[in-house]
Amino acid sequence: MNRIDAAFARLKEKGGTALIPFLTVGDPDLRTTIEIIKTLEKAGADIVELGVPYSDPLADGPVIQRASERALKHRITLAHCMQAAADARSAGVELPFILFSYYNPVLQFGLDRFFEEVKAKDISGLIIPDLPIEEDGEVRSRAEAAGVHLIPLVAPTSNERIARIAGNARGFVYCVSSLGVTGVRSDFHRDIDQFLASVKQAANVPIAIGFGISTREQVERFSAWCDGVVIGSALVRQIEEAIPQLTSEAEREQGLARIGEFIRELKG
Amino acid sequence: MNRVPDENGRFGRFGGRFVPETLMNALLELEEAYHHYANDPAFKEEVRYLLQKYSGRPTSLYYAERLTRHLGGAKIYLKREDLNHTGAHKINNTIGQAVLAKRMGKTKVIAETGAGQHGVASATVAALLGLECKVFMGEEDMKRQQLNVFRMRLLGAEVVPVLSGTRTLKDACNETLRYWVSHVDDTYYILGSATGPHPYPMIVRDFQRIIGDEAREQILAEAGRLPDFVVAAVGGGSNAIGIFYPFIGDESVRLIGVEAAGKGVDTQEHAATMTKGRPGVFQGSLSYVLQDEFGQVLPAHSISAGLDYPGIGPEHAYLKDSGRAEYVPATDAEALEALQLLSRTEGIIPALESAHAIAHTMKLAPTLGADRIIVVNLSGRGDKDVESIMGYLGGNGHESH
Repeated sequence: MNRIDAAFARLKEKGGTALIPFLTVGDPDLRTTIEIIKTLEKAGADIVELGVPYSDPLADGPVIQRASERALKHRITLAHCMQAAADARSAGVELPFILFSYYNPVLQFGLDRFFEEVKAKDISGLIIPDLPIEEDGEVRSRAEAAGVHLIPLVAPTSNERIARIAGNARGFVYCVSSLGVTGVRSDFHRDIDQFLASVKQAANVPIAIGFGISTREQVERFSAWCDGVVIGSALVRQIEEAIPQLTSEAEREQGLARIGEFIRELKG
Repeated sequence: MNRVPDENGRFGRFGGRFVPETLMNALLELEEAYHHYANDPAFKEEVRYLLQKYSGRPTSLYYAERLTRHLGGAKIYLKREDLNHTGAHKINNTIGQAVLAKRMGKTKVIAETGAGQHGVASATVAALLGLECKVFMGEEDMKRQQLNVFRMRLLGAEVVPVLSGTRTLKDACNETLRYWVSHVDDTYYILGSATGPHPYPMIVRDFQRIIGDEAREQILAEAGRLPDFVVAAVGGGSNAIGIFYPFIGDESVRLIGVEAAGKGVDTQEHAATMTKGRPGVFQGSLSYVLQDEFGQVLPAHSISAGLDYPGIGPEHAYLKDSGRAEYVPATDAEALEALQLLSRTEGIIPALESAHAIAHTMKLAPTLGADRIIVVNLSGRGDKDVESIMGYLGGNGHESH
């Protein structure tokens, strides 16, 4: 069974909502990324999204853009990001991993080799934000053959596309909370509840919400409709603020504790 | 050749719509509106009227006799897009798209700009049609092109500094798309080149093809035959696709795109996307891209801001791979030399972009007999570049972007 499906099945029994943190791999460095993943698991995360840094992250706001820039300074590549999943697994992490990458790094890596690596590194899902359903045919069929979930994004403006996207989704459907880029916000799309209801109805897999979620109140608010909540920029900002600690041998544990505390609070 | 793009926005294997789902609805809405208005006589008439009465079309096809004599070979004709209102071909597209925006009921327009030419052309039509206008421009470019920043403000546009990434054109494009995602309800994005996700490469080509339509008719009237070569500079490729497109079916006409080789294609500082890039997905479409082995997009360099871009429109990629068009590099130094030659022989100071097309013509014309004809797209005038050219020729390193 795919680890993502197993995670949602377990939560369904308990009646819980999946907490799905996102981090940019290699921010601030690879070793710290592994430590953060371990911390996230201990703090109650259910699935983790591993962001591949990219030079032109179209869907991302300033916080994740900065994280990408920091990671790219250390020349972090797609291969490093997949290796990070394997290293975290060897370090005892049992969480399902989702690789979040823009399409070009994947395309340049080569799809054959990419899917071999994804399987070899025990990565359970993929999010490719600039690959809408019109363009995802080849990746989708290879992902299915590899037993890896290609998780689609659906937006409040997707309208009649919702049924097509959600109806064919694997793993879960990633619902974008509002129009715009990733980043912390207080306002969500005005018809958000109606939007989530229509996705829920069309989907035969769990649905999760992301873009701009940063507080326990928001997690609770969306738990009514959603099976999972993605925490992206809010966590990446916590990591950014903790960099002085995370990169100091003496204070590393403190920095990690702070990140763990943030996740525990969201998990409730 | 088949009719391109197909319904998925593909030019052969190139093009497409590689954008976040949050943008898909806006692109589909744009495509639908465009297909509707492209066949609407009232829409076409409004665009035609503005091109003619406001911008001054048709632009002339001018026989550059002294340049021809100087180079001692083929006859050289210049398609004078520099004579358009605002000084370049960019206005052909901004008029078309702004009229489309208005028909779609949008009250605001946004645009990206590098040197400021497309920004100025967008601000101009926004003023003309009473639309609110925001232009996204890299902070670095704003410093280097202060006059154009002021020009846009004078025209009533807001210039938004872009602080992300390289702080130049590439990131201005990203930021404009990001802004558009959150403001699609009332905002139209006037994309300036034949790049980006479908339907933009098609729309920009269709609004720019007037260059080639006119040139083809003019050369037939003037010389009684088709040219042997059509030469144009390529960055994103809007002026080139505009003049190439109507000649694609004329198999005897060789189409040559001239890209910016910066300090040389064997250095790290160039914008020679066709010569040194490889296919990849960048800013919404699959085309040739300057990128590292891991798929990260590389910064480009050219003396000419309009060519200083690591991507190229997907239709050019298609024309290259099918062999219908050829793409060759010209360096900063060659462009500067060409600019001076055209200034002295014809009294025309070309834009640095267009100077690349002249630079290749300088190599090509002498190899041909006097019975051959080259049509060169003189896409813009050089007024905007005079200050930076002064810097270059004066020997100090004031860079134009």
